[in-house]
Amino acid sequence: MRFWASLAACLLASCGAKKVNPTFHAVENPASLSAWGVVNVSKGELVMGESVLPYSLNTPLFTDYAHKLRTIWVPEGTAQYREGDVLEFPVGTVISKTFYYPSNEGDIVRKEKDLRPVTAKAGLKLSDNRLIETRLLVRRDAGWEPLSYIWNVDETDAKLTRIGAIVKMTLADKGELTPFNYAVPNINQCAGCHAPNNTTRVLSPIGPKARHLNGDYTYADGTINQLDKWIEVGYLNEAPTERPRSAVWNENLDTLDARLRAYLDVNCAHCHNPVGPADTSGLHLNPENQSLPHLGICKNAVAAGSGTGGRKYDIAPGAPDNSIMLYRMETRDPGAMMPELGRSLTHIEGVKLVEAWISGMETVCE
Amino acid sequence: MSLLKYSLAATTMLALAACSGKTVSETPADMSYQDTLLTQLIDAKPGNVITIPEGTFSFDRGLSLTVDGVTIRGAGMNKTILSFKNQVQGAEGLLVTASDFTIENLAVEDSVGDAIKVNEGDNIVFRNVRTEWTNGPDTKNGAYGLYPVQTTNVLIEGCVAIAAADAGIYVGQSKNVVVRNNRAEFNVAGIEIENTIGADVYNNVAVNNTGGILVFNMPNLTQYGADVRVYDNKVYENNTKNFGHKGTPVASIPAGSGIVINSHDKVEIFNNDIRDHRTANVIVSSIYTSNYGDKGMEDTFDPYPEQISLHGNSYTGGGDKPDGLELKALKTAMFGLKGKLPDVLWDGYINEELESAQICIQDDVEVLNADMPGKNKNPRVETEPFACKLEPLPAISLASAE
Repeated sequence: MRFWASLAACLLASCGAKKVNPTFHAVENPASLSAWGVVNVSKGELVMGESVLPYSLNTPLFTDYAHKLRTIWVPEGTAQYREGDVLEFPVGTVISKTFYYPSNEGDIVRKEKDLRPVTAKAGLKLSDNRLIETRLLVRRDAGWEPLSYIWNVDETDAKLTRIGAIVKMTLADKGELTPFNYAVPNINQCAGCHAPNNTTRVLSPIGPKARHLNGDYTYADGTINQLDKWIEVGYLNEAPTERPRSAVWNENLDTLDARLRAYLDVNCAHCHNPVGPADTSGLHLNPENQSLPHLGICKNAVAAGSGTGGRKYDIAPGAPDNSIMLYRMETRDPGAMMPELGRSLTHIEGVKLVEAWISGMETVCE
Repeated sequence: MSLLKYSLAATTMLALAACSGKTVSETPADMSYQDTLLTQLIDAKPGNVITIPEGTFSFDRGLSLTVDGVTIRGAGMNKTILSFKNQVQGAEGLLVTASDFTIENLAVEDSVGDAIKVNEGDNIVFRNVRTEWTNGPDTKNGAYGLYPVQTTNVLIEGCVAIAAADAGIYVGQSKNVVVRNNRAEFNVAGIEIENTIGADVYNNVAVNNTGGILVFNMPNLTQYGADVRVYDNKVYENNTKNFGHKGTPVASIPAGSGIVINSHDKVEIFNNDIRDHRTANVIVSSIYTSNYGDKGMEDTFDPYPEQISLHGNSYTGGGDKPDGLELKALKTAMFGLKGKLPDVLWDGYINEELESAQICIQDDVEVLNADMPGKNKNPRVETEPFACKLEPLPAISLASAE
């Protein structure tokens, strides 16, 4: 049992609402999200359970402009630091990701930036947000298991789904309305991203790598580097002073190349790596890859089908409009788009980043 | 508070769907089966046989299977039809990432992307499966019908593949494969074997595709192909206009190509009946002819076709109306308006470091060296360089094909 969070919360917060103690279910999959107690509805807000930490990634995966509340709870033991890979979490760890949109009008959801981070003190106001689903990754004895819960319309609780769902919504962006099909994945589809090695097919989290976590988070008690926070609360054993850091894709603090590679890392590399499901294409977008053909430069498609968009090279340097990568990011055709899962809208800002990167290249293919 | 529409079915709905199982059939828009099948695929255990009854079942999302040892069985390729006409999610009709998988006696129609893809797995069987885009050849169709990739010990038999915008039957980056007794028609490529080590392709019918049977090798992939035997096939009139997506390798295939070998080594083509291909009954070429440049290729890739053997094939007609302006001009210049191109077309790319490419043609046919490296300046009919003989390639031994 840990006491640090309640202490901190009581020092800084009113301690008015008693926090829910999360429960680790070692075997069974509860039908309701509330049975886990990791995130809970209380007084018109989505709040985190006792000792549950929110976190963010320097560069996150795009999912149809959904906002994501990521949390981690490590009831026993400590995660082990890993330099280039996902941190090694102990059995009992529960990672949650709640997908929501700013919304006051039912199916119409707004494309907006996050206003303030969710903290132990300040939850997510339900009157201003529409909860869609909460996904859990649960570290059990045999390994990680994915679970997906869909929120009911009254936003009182979320129900377990194994077969997923299509949620029809409309995205409002400065008066422009775009209808879209938000897809809650079925359990089998979880492995589409969370088994980054398609030979072993071991499921694992993707985000909690040192390089993605190596950034600040504004907690209830102040802003601090997330890895330091995790060490402070005993969730992580250690981290060297020299830590890898992924760029923040949409801030000009890092070079364009670094921001671009961070974006590809998070959005593509779980499949596009040398042992991933998309190694069949020869396109490897993991940060370690430095081979130009494998990065797509002047590389012809192998089995892209309609995904080529009639273009010749994965990346045609200096010519984004002739680059297959950009076409596949822009199109909303499920048979041609990339990523294959997790989006039905175009990530306009991501497209612009890739566009700028390709525009700045000077190689000549022929 | 919300008007959100969920297509999610609660357990009660599932139960209802299961009970009404015998009434599902008539309408193409019968969606009630989607949740049943999704649940069966998720709950599948090794050894399970998922039986799909007769009827047409509609899906708006892609299906996936991740468990080894599962069989999916319908009531027949014209009786059990999985229709993806309304698909809004998923890049395949069915995606399988598992071993010891069999799918048989059903059809997958109108998926937005590939119809059935198996990505990594051992011991894979497709039997009496039909994949079809029901609107006929169209660039907007999905790329592949039957699509095992990075698989080992694969049997594809008795299947029918129609109107894929890339290849009807496509075996990629695989090992030890038998493709037999299938029919591929109105695809860009009827049957394509790519970067595959050890494949026997026999007793198939490839008709009305853009190219009948293709043996291709592509750069930057996990393995390069070798030891492919193509024999006893009927390859007829593959003259359909190329409707492939520009930028895909098959988009460069001229309409009217019978059997095409591209940048591949160790291929034996024998005892096939090859007829009436308006460009050429057989094409042997390098990836350079498909407009590929060196810069996008790994250094380890060999772009030249070598150790190619043709023997015992019968050739009828063809070469009379080649696809593309260059080939048309070439034909007229060399053989006259009423003449025809020879049965075998070779682009002329050769590895200068080798003594011989060992493209050995025992058949009594002429070969046109199109002199692509010389920009078609010196095209010529040759026989002498092809007068060689190679040892037969080994037959595939595959337990599921015994």
